[in-house]
Amino acid sequence: MSWQPVIGVEVHVELSSDSKMFCGCAVEFGAPPNTRVCPVCLGLPGALPVTNRKAIEDIIAIGLALDCEVSGHSVFHRKNYFYADLPKNYQISQYDIPVCHDGHLDLTVDGETRRIGIERAHMEEDTGKSTHLGETGRIHAAESTLLDFNRSGVPLVEIVSRPDLRSATEARLYAQELRDLVAELGVSDARMEEGSIRFDANVSVRREESEELGTKVEIKNMNSFRSLERAIDHEIDRQIELAERGGVVTQETRHWDEEAGVTHSMRAKEGSSDYRYFTEPDLVPMEPDAVWIDEIAAGLPELPVARRQRYVGDGLDEDLAGVLSASPPQLRKVYAEAAEAGASPRSAANWLVGEVTGWLRREGADPDALPLRGEQLAELVTIIDEGVVSVSAAKEVLEGVLAGEGSPRAVAQKRDLVQISESAELSAVVEKVVEDNPDAVASFRGGEEKAIGFLVGQVMRETGGRADPRAVNEILRQALSR
Amino acid sequence: MLRSGELTAVDLLASVLDRAHRTEAQLHAYLTIDREGAGRAAAQADADLAEGLDHGPLHGMPLALKDNMCTRGLETTASSQILSGYHPPYDATVVSKLRQGGAVIVGKTNLDEFAMGSSTENSAYGPSYNPWDISRVPGGSSGGSAAAVAAGSALGALGSDTGGSIRQPASLTGLVGLKPTYGTVSRYGLIAFASSLDQIGPLTRTVEDAAVVLETVWGHDPLDSTSHPGPYPDLREGLGRGVDGLRIGVVEELSGEGYEPAVERSVAEMVKSLSGAGAEIVEVSLPTFDIALSAYYLIAPAEASANLARFDGVRYGHRSGGATVEALMARTRAEGFGPEVTRRILLGTYALSAGYYEAFYGQAQKVRAAIQEDFDRAYQRVDVLVSPTSPTVAFPVGDRVDDPLAMYLSDICTIPSNLAGHPAISVPVGLDDTGLPIGFQVMAPALGETVMFRAAAEVERLAGFEARPRLAEVPA
Repeated sequence: MSWQPVIGVEVHVELSSDSKMFCGCAVEFGAPPNTRVCPVCLGLPGALPVTNRKAIEDIIAIGLALDCEVSGHSVFHRKNYFYADLPKNYQISQYDIPVCHDGHLDLTVDGETRRIGIERAHMEEDTGKSTHLGETGRIHAAESTLLDFNRSGVPLVEIVSRPDLRSATEARLYAQELRDLVAELGVSDARMEEGSIRFDANVSVRREESEELGTKVEIKNMNSFRSLERAIDHEIDRQIELAERGGVVTQETRHWDEEAGVTHSMRAKEGSSDYRYFTEPDLVPMEPDAVWIDEIAAGLPELPVARRQRYVGDGLDEDLAGVLSASPPQLRKVYAEAAEAGASPRSAANWLVGEVTGWLRREGADPDALPLRGEQLAELVTIIDEGVVSVSAAKEVLEGVLAGEGSPRAVAQKRDLVQISESAELSAVVEKVVEDNPDAVASFRGGEEKAIGFLVGQVMRETGGRADPRAVNEILRQALSR
Repeated sequence: MLRSGELTAVDLLASVLDRAHRTEAQLHAYLTIDREGAGRAAAQADADLAEGLDHGPLHGMPLALKDNMCTRGLETTASSQILSGYHPPYDATVVSKLRQGGAVIVGKTNLDEFAMGSSTENSAYGPSYNPWDISRVPGGSSGGSAAAVAAGSALGALGSDTGGSIRQPASLTGLVGLKPTYGTVSRYGLIAFASSLDQIGPLTRTVEDAAVVLETVWGHDPLDSTSHPGPYPDLREGLGRGVDGLRIGVVEELSGEGYEPAVERSVAEMVKSLSGAGAEIVEVSLPTFDIALSAYYLIAPAEASANLARFDGVRYGHRSGGATVEALMARTRAEGFGPEVTRRILLGTYALSAGYYEAFYGQAQKVRAAIQEDFDRAYQRVDVLVSPTSPTVAFPVGDRVDDPLAMYLSDICTIPSNLAGHPAISVPVGLDDTGLPIGFQVMAPALGETVMFRAAAEVERLAGFEARPRLAEVPA
């Protein structure tokens, strides 16, 4: 009997709106501490929250992109707990009626589509940030704590999946897909390193044939996709091992220790908090009307899932479609232009995700300012197909185009990369190679087919790579059959 | 008089400050008197008027503010130790509006800590006393505002009313006090007690003065999400029109046991006078009023338990030491809050706890909805409802401090309007045998201020209440 992991993931997405969730303070990562604050986000006596309409628009966009239902009536609740970086000692969040609920996200796992249910997407405010000064940086060993409230009140969307994920890899793919989605929507900076996307995972295991869910454990403190995957894998192993030894998994919250690669139990208190939710009396219910929702829907960009499907329709395989889909927008634009200009989509995509992306990385260049037009890429693909340049020479041609030396044909001429296709010139070289390599010639004539490869290589060497290998092959065979 | 130049705002302020100087030792109406700021505002008011700049009917008027409204740079404590020395960086919306209206803010008045109480005895800075009899309480929680206006150390004041905290002290000090419709006066900058119930309103000598102050401070405020967008009722339209043809409902449930005979007599006489003035009097039963107090004492503390959570010593106000941040917070709160506030936080926390929520908070919300339905039914038959404002006249200092339930009963007549979000006003109608004032309450449906003011003005005219407190002045 084998074990089946059951995983649900909660993803917190910080929205990149201009102002905070309930006040006019700027949302700005990296500003000097406590400079983007006001009476509202500092929780000063008498201050009141006012809902940021743009943030509601953004969560509705996320909900629509996840095929969620958008609640016609939804309310904020107060989630009560004491924490030094939570200025009001309650967080304005949502409880029983989230803005969006019951949607799904399709993942492609090993070439198969897996539909992951989305239970809800709700709106809440972020907390401030504590910096614990002390040797370990952990709160319990801290000598003092610094508080920065710039992040306090930043709009946060929590997206809760159903327990539909079956492996750590699936969980990672799901989180990455969500990251791509919110980035595509333009509602979040989606920067892991700035904490604009954070996640918790709920993990349990059960016997493969069982319908019932096992006891779930919540794991926290994963700050990269890799650590999400590692932490879940570790937790699955821990639970299986525990169960096989006859132990019982306890419902608790566990902290992922990135360095040690293990999870450990957080204080039970934090796992069993009673948040005493009640309706936030300082805010009125949100009641988005159909007209507004339709407007938001009309403004949605093409989403990664749909785009990948479109690329596959163009003739790209799943992997290539996935990579191109995740590429910067400018690259996708060049792809579309090149295909429009007649290039084979496959070739255009390969050049973009390969050589062009490599060049961007080497140069540290901004993809938005890519000095390559779709028609230039199409021309490059064409001159390869026409045999004007070899594939290897084409790479150099691309360098020249990216360096601003002109069109691919012009660069090929200028840099003397045009293939030798005149058979007279090529025949002379071939004859020389045949003369110089009697052993290889003998082997070939003796039936050793692969000896031709060596001879082609010699010709290519003699021509400085400017010969078309196919043409060389043909001419060689003719010469040897004489 | 200001406009004719007979009197200056500076003179007016001086007379009010002089009055405060002579009475404060006995009354303790104020926590802070802002001589400097008030002096500047009065001088500015005179200068503006000299230049023909008239900011309206409150121009140059010395007014007092309950100390739970934030004033920029002026200490604001809500009568709590936990906010001792706290100077807000901003003005509450009502404060900005008063300033724009040319009013002169004399100072900050005493209250029950965080507005929790009915006698102003729950103040960390000592109680206030009733100008009509300084052995008695001025009511609460806006008792300091009431005492100041009754004593003449302010011409009017703002209070806040969560369960009767403007109307009951107005009743106990012979003033007009009103709680407008929920959402008509911005709560931005009002230190919250119970957000869904709190409402700011005026305490004044006359009904017309109350209209003037209310007109200045109310109106839509984008900083308060629960603010009413408008339109707002006309407060003057009904003044002087009398009650001829008005249907007035007398609430059966707000009489009987616990009501002092003098109070019941006064109220009955006024009802008779109203009838004589042409009103149609209807006996109305609102059975849910009997359970309003219980619902209130679950909802208000529940909201308060969250509203007061922010006072933890981390960012502002009083801070006690502690080895850990948890200890610091716990100690700050244990030291900073008085016993009544602590009691209500515990009550509210309990009412919201898992396993108790449905039985307590959930149930109370159902009662609240039922009270609203009761009101709606009644208002199909009548235009306004009337009752005593308080079952008793001012009670002696110390009488109810050890009996929270007796204290809570002070608000039995006023609480239903808060739960429904409706306006209600208290108008003085007479004195009992010992010379203590009695208040008469007029309640109206949401945004029914026009008819409420119409009835209140007639009650005022019929009562002809001219008495003033016989406070012995201390020589200046």
